[in-house]
Amino acid sequence: MLTEQSCVVATAVRPIRTSKQSAISPLRRLYPFGLLLIPALARATDLESVDAAAKAAQSAGDNAWMLTSAALVLMMTGPGLALFYGGLVRKKNVLATMMQSFVLMAVVTVLWAVVGYSFSFGEGTSYIGGLRYLFLSGVDGVPNADYAATIPHQTFMVYQLMFAIITPALITGAFGERMKFKAMLLFMVLWSLLVYFPMAHMVWGKGGLLNAFLGGRFPCFDFAGGTVVHVTSGVSALVCALYLGKRLGYPSGMKPHSVVISFIGACLLWVGWFGFNAGSALGASSLATSAFVATHFAAATAALGWLLTEWIKVGKPSVLGGISGSVAGLVAITPASGFVKPMPAMLIGFLAGVFCYFMVTTVKKKFGYDDSLDAFGVHGAGGTLGAILTGVFATNAVNNALRDSSGNPLPLGLVDGHAGQVLNQLIATAIAWGLAIVGTLIILKICDVLLGLRVTPEHEIEGLDLALHGEEGYIMEA
Amino acid sequence: MMTKIEAIIQPGKLEALKTALIELGAQGMTIFEVRGHGRQKGHTEVYRGQEYVVDLLPKIKVELVVPDHLAEATVQAIVRTTATGKIGDGKIFLSNINDAVRIRNQERGTSAL
Repeated sequence: MLTEQSCVVATAVRPIRTSKQSAISPLRRLYPFGLLLIPALARATDLESVDAAAKAAQSAGDNAWMLTSAALVLMMTGPGLALFYGGLVRKKNVLATMMQSFVLMAVVTVLWAVVGYSFSFGEGTSYIGGLRYLFLSGVDGVPNADYAATIPHQTFMVYQLMFAIITPALITGAFGERMKFKAMLLFMVLWSLLVYFPMAHMVWGKGGLLNAFLGGRFPCFDFAGGTVVHVTSGVSALVCALYLGKRLGYPSGMKPHSVVISFIGACLLWVGWFGFNAGSALGASSLATSAFVATHFAAATAALGWLLTEWIKVGKPSVLGGISGSVAGLVAITPASGFVKPMPAMLIGFLAGVFCYFMVTTVKKKFGYDDSLDAFGVHGAGGTLGAILTGVFATNAVNNALRDSSGNPLPLGLVDGHAGQVLNQLIATAIAWGLAIVGTLIILKICDVLLGLRVTPEHEIEGLDLALHGEEGYIMEA
Repeated sequence: MMTKIEAIIQPGKLEALKTALIELGAQGMTIFEVRGHGRQKGHTEVYRGQEYVVDLLPKIKVELVVPDHLAEATVQAIVRTTATGKIGDGKIFLSNINDAVRIRNQERGTSAL
């Protein structure tokens, strides 16, 4: 027994085994015998060191996955979303569109360091976090056990930052090809402060109103940001599209200038989404694997759902349809990814593919709003659908983190016999819709009065690349 | 004494036509990427349910000037290499050219070709 434990030590404690030593190095073979000679006193210390070594190994593994995930989520914004959106606009606006995503990688990062992280994850009220992490004070290498006990607090902070970046970037799809750059900057700063940070705090922050795991009044299951990210951004996008009005000449002559570019972007989004959803397990656990699997399966069936619908309705399955479908499925599975089994995930994806197809074609046409790149049709609609279906398919067979006082896992969704969860999901979704509508309207009004929202008609015709940035995306004579 | 031949053809036929014209002894040609339509109507593209009718299709316009005695053979070569018998094959226009000047040494007429 002792020998066996000693062997564990020999493999788990890293300084003993460097990469240069082979698995059967003489040092390692001798080590257990050395411990055998030490009296029983050594055993307690030995157990402690085994424990410490196991914890260190888990921390190292979890941290490696979480840093990778953080990088993957950043990749979703740039280049993923920037390319996806960039290809969908006309070529005179390709740079301006990519710039809207890119500049948020810089702006939101600064905002996050100063106040954002504290407002989102600091302990505060039910609605918004407090000031304890202002300027990232106290956010260091020591884990914050409330959120993630095995990774440095800083890792958790920077991982969450990537979500705060992509969420406003999604909105830019609604005001494509017509918004002033400085108005967009002001809009995004205010939107982060008024909509994103409060919503993130309510769902994920300790003591948040909707936090299912840390004492929320209306427990909402949102594993990776269905309400926080997709409903808020998608609904705000709709408000922006309605407030700004249509592009000049809409809907004629608005063909995507390069489905090729959009294709690359969408495929990067699919891959990046593994960091988004599986990373939300906050460790390299089997729950992360489960979320990874659910995410991938939903994206696949959603692509097929959109393609089939389009094939039947229009007669041809399009590339743009396929990639749009996969994104719709990824959106819908986001809140559910850490709570559902693979088969429900495939169903959620398929439904999202079909539903979002009708949202961006039939519904958009019927109401006539110019949601230029379908931020609402895909993220708002898919996010809402996913948030509600999470209440149906969430099961403690996948996620047993929620337990009663005696430690038994509580039923999660309708499939576990807890029908009330659907209502909780509806409440959370309604709050996200309400906050997004009211917040966005106020912010748009402020930006409109201070700066004006739309570029001049001359600039809109000339193209935003030249008018706002003094550049062109494609210089054929060069 | 010289004939200008303008042929509007399907883009995919350019390589075959070029080869045939060079074999025939054409001294040069100019080509343009153009868009247009004749009796062939355009097609419809659909992006996320939004339909766009594309009525001006991409074509290639080949322009060359040949001595009169080569004009008919050139026309035959164009027809031979580009005709498929379907709508959209294109058209050939012939016109008389009064004079030509080689800029390098100011040669005139057919010797400038």
